[in-house]
Amino acid sequence: MTSFAEAQHFVGDPEWTWYILFYFFVAGLAGGAYFLATLLRHWGTPADEPMARLGIYVAFPATLICPILLTLDLTKPLRFWHMVVNTTPDGFGLNFKIWSPMSVGVWALVLVSLFTVVSFLDALARDGKLRGLPAAVVAVGGTKAWNVVGAVLWLFIASYTGVLLAVSNQPIWSDTWALGGLFLASGLSGAAALLLLLSRYRRGAESSHPVLEIGERLFTVLELMLLAVFVLTLIADGTLDDAFGFPWILLWLVALAGTLPGLRGLAAGRLSVTGGGAVTATRVSAWALAPSLVLIGVLALRAVVIFSAQG
Amino acid sequence: MATEITPGEAYGFFTDTSVCIGCKACEVACKEWNQLPEKEDELGFLGQSLDNTGELNGSTWRHVQFIDNVPDQTMSEGNGKAFLLMSDVCKHCKHASCLEVCPTGAIIRTEFDTVFIQEDVCNGCRDCIAACPYDVIDMDEERDVARKCTLCYDRLQGGMEPACAKACPTDSIQFGPLDELRNRAKKREATLHAQGLKEANLYGHDDKVYGGLNAFFLLMDKPEAYKLPNVANAVLPSRNNIGGYLGGVVTAVLGLLATVIALRERRRGGGESSESPEDARA
Repeated sequence: MTSFAEAQHFVGDPEWTWYILFYFFVAGLAGGAYFLATLLRHWGTPADEPMARLGIYVAFPATLICPILLTLDLTKPLRFWHMVVNTTPDGFGLNFKIWSPMSVGVWALVLVSLFTVVSFLDALARDGKLRGLPAAVVAVGGTKAWNVVGAVLWLFIASYTGVLLAVSNQPIWSDTWALGGLFLASGLSGAAALLLLLSRYRRGAESSHPVLEIGERLFTVLELMLLAVFVLTLIADGTLDDAFGFPWILLWLVALAGTLPGLRGLAAGRLSVTGGGAVTATRVSAWALAPSLVLIGVLALRAVVIFSAQG
Repeated sequence: MATEITPGEAYGFFTDTSVCIGCKACEVACKEWNQLPEKEDELGFLGQSLDNTGELNGSTWRHVQFIDNVPDQTMSEGNGKAFLLMSDVCKHCKHASCLEVCPTGAIIRTEFDTVFIQEDVCNGCRDCIAACPYDVIDMDEERDVARKCTLCYDRLQGGMEPACAKACPTDSIQFGPLDELRNRAKKREATLHAQGLKEANLYGHDDKVYGGLNAFFLLMDKPEAYKLPNVANAVLPSRNNIGGYLGGVVTAVLGLLATVIALRERRRGGGESSESPEDARA
């Protein structure tokens, strides 16, 4: 693209709206949750296991919700399987285009569903909620190798959604390469917040709060760095006004408000913790307020990116 | 003279905008042959204007652009300017953005080297709409699939030239084998330059724009004036693949590092159990 000259865009709008917004939102949170669960389980302490299982439980519904949202977004939903099977006469076979993020993403979603469902069954069995499960599932679903591959796939899912937008000719989306990273950082931050929010309902999960709180602060910093890159790339292509003009600026403010809990924690306590795993940083008195603000910010970020480019 | 149409050879359109009179016979012929309905409310707002179809879309595959180019100051006699006219259409790019991103394989290149959407394969993901730099592809409101100019694929298979070219009374739209059309276009450009019309320029006749356009144009102004991206901006969606994924990988590594730091900081704070993670899971 022309550097420091306004990029020319004459493209039409694909009308990717609410289904896609919520797909991006759910995929980002699930991706972050499975990733954090894997690290807590295999690189944390035994006391992190309840939070690790909570992460798996959070990721599991996404394997159902994401395909449903994507299918509903198609104007021919019953042809959802054309994503993986080419029905061209004389060209029948599997579809896979490595240069098409939508094609790669669909296959990644199929694979990650397999990994997540097995991990979910394993977590249920270990929680004593499921009896008679084949021993192989329990043996595999919680292993380091299985979880790491699942986490890598989920990181891809959380990130490729941004690449999918960038690999187009749409204003804003195609004027930056930062969206993949931005959505991933935001997904990680949101997942940490969601797990903190839900840990209230999972006995023993509070032991992992310090890790998630410190993690969220660092993810927030990462998100803001990528946001700066996003802005710089848009300035270079002359589309900053399209992304940040009215009314989008209001959504950006909401998205930025979602980074406040992380920044506040960083300002108050940096990365310090005290004995027993309690964070020295001042906690927000209302337990749900800070995580909710982060989650709303995650949603607002995706909304403003999706909608501002489609005029 | 009728063109002999042979599968395996590349065909296309040369649209000479300098002789377009805005009669819209191409639009009518296209709609009639391809049985394209009026888009809902299409004529409601623009019906009484010269440009009454407004845009290329799922049911308008030829669209005559009326571009207001009337100068503020009166020009010298015989040197006036009014509308720029251009019969727009799918460019059937050699390196087609739509074909590149289509995840279902619905968009193919035909035996006539044209770009074609298979309606029975398309599932309506609309990735092609986000990719097409010319705003050519749109959803058909009745069939719920992406549609655009087929370069009259059915007529080509029957040995007939596309309906729009057949109907054009001024030969602004010329159909034929690409090599022949390119030669004709260069001669026409040279003629216009010799007549003092230095602004005449060919767009898409060579490989600088998307590897070459099977439907290319002789323009009387800069490409941008016709809503065509110039050479510097004629870029494929896949240009962002490597950068996008690389950004994701770097972020994932930094995210991993951040989590490791968080785990380490928690350990520093104490409270770590001596029990192994496996023991706790059992």
